Amino acid sequence: MNDLATYNFSYLDEQTKRMIRRAILKAIAIPGYQVPFASREMPMPYGWGTGGVQVTASILGPKDVLKVIDQGADDTTNAVSIRAFFQKVAAVAVTTKTKEATIIQTRHRIPEEGLREGQTLVYQVPIPEPLRFLEPRETETRKMHALEEYGLMHVKLYEDIARNGHIATTYAYPVKVEGRYVMDPSPTPKFDNPKMHMSEALQLFGAGREKRIYAVPPYTEVVSLDFEDHPFEVQKFDKPCALCGAENVYLDEVVLDDKGGRMFVCSDTDHCEDRRDCGHAGHMLARKEAAE
Amino acid sequence: MSAVPLLKVNDVSKFYGSRIGCRNVSFDLFPGEVLAIVGESGSGKTTLLSCLSTRLMPTSGIVEYHMRDGQYRDLARMGEAERRFLMRTDWGFVHQNPADGLRMTVSAGANVGERLMAVGDRHYGNIRAAASDWLERVEIGIDRIDDQPRAFSGGMRQRLQIARNLVTNPRLVFMDEPTGGLDVSVQARLLDLVRGLVHDLGLAAIIVTHDLAVARLLSHRMMVMKDGAVIEQGLTDRVLDDPREPYTQLLVSSILQV
Repeated sequence: MNDLATYNFSYLDEQTKRMIRRAILKAIAIPGYQVPFASREMPMPYGWGTGGVQVTASILGPKDVLKVIDQGADDTTNAVSIRAFFQKVAAVAVTTKTKEATIIQTRHRIPEEGLREGQTLVYQVPIPEPLRFLEPRETETRKMHALEEYGLMHVKLYEDIARNGHIATTYAYPVKVEGRYVMDPSPTPKFDNPKMHMSEALQLFGAGREKRIYAVPPYTEVVSLDFEDHPFEVQKFDKPCALCGAENVYLDEVVLDDKGGRMFVCSDTDHCEDRRDCGHAGHMLARKEAAE
Repeated sequence: MSAVPLLKVNDVSKFYGSRIGCRNVSFDLFPGEVLAIVGESGSGKTTLLSCLSTRLMPTSGIVEYHMRDGQYRDLARMGEAERRFLMRTDWGFVHQNPADGLRMTVSAGANVGERLMAVGDRHYGNIRAAASDWLERVEIGIDRIDDQPRAFSGGMRQRLQIARNLVTNPRLVFMDEPTGGLDVSVQARLLDLVRGLVHDLGLAAIIVTHDLAVARLLSHRMMVMKDGAVIEQGLTDRVLDDPREPYTQLLVSSILQV
């Protein structure tokens, strides 16, 4: 690991890490509040997780075990390269097992397996401001947060119901944190919103381009916004996972051929593999075994 | 009309650097009273309206409002949160250009419902019922409830803006040239509507206009402004039928007779 000498541990210099840690501490102290920070250029383009990477780099220690997921999967481009990045610049242990990880950097999913105390989930956030598409002025949205004027958020949900007959927002579904700040949970499917509520793990959110950090400390109330007569509900899937047979998990659609063949599988690959190792099998797996 | 003023304006002046916006304006506005502020362009009408409605801070002078709890509060000393709350519950502001007062990218129903949601209404059915009710009252078809205001004509937009402001039952409405830019027949219907609503709801209103016909039709009392100062005020009929100041006489004689 001689080539490590050219980098400071985990890439960022110590001053930058201190600055980001201060922002993180403030974010934890005020759950859901967007703390501005001096986001750095990272060796990757904006939109690829520069915010998440800076947060991870600042909290990473030599004994940490890092897991990186991209849409729930450990083996897609974004996940593989960020994991390789930290292996190179911090020489930390990496894993794909949710259980073993101390820090999990995620792009738009929360692992199916319940997180526990001591674990930290780091989200990559493209647009931290939940009010952005309704009110384009940053000066105004900050004032609205400060004065707790959140009527506009319900205007968006109202529009959804008026157009579609139900709340059609399926991802980046706005939540209220600890009864105070309305927060964008990053573009995770709303399926994952209930997992944020009273989570045992610390949840940190980094938006590199927008230069904001926010946090949900462990055991914090996270409530999805809704109407009394149109309550919040998560997506339901009518089939179990085709590989592991899991129900009540978030599924991805995978196209199998050009004749309309498709299957639905767990988006959380680690969870799916775990279940298969324990002997669970979905109908696609059973068919494959039968063929062999 | 009750004997207690709703709004007490005392010696309000606004300077833009060394230029005068408006100076030394004092008056009381009573519940249910409609006051018109008339004058030519640049006479300080809109500056005065902005000072009264807390959109601008006056350079000197005091504006006091009679809150629902019976207390008078100095608007300049109120916290911002409280002021903004007042503006979206007890007050209304109708802009000359409806695009300034509406959210052009959300539906008419949501535009009307926004204030209800802002004060904590969380029942979709109730909000929608209130929105339909108000659209009906301002003569917009219920079938347009899910259309965006950009699909509306100028007159409809203005009526929608009025509905949006009145949904929380305000006691005081500010209007800045509410009929500006509308053709005469649409103007007439809008004036008719406003007059009906003001009467039915017992609203107090301050209307800025350069159109004396609008002032005649809507207001009980009027103030004539010139170069930032009020030069004449009194009952609308008195001012228009028997103008005393030379400038007011000029203004009244300039009305086009058809």
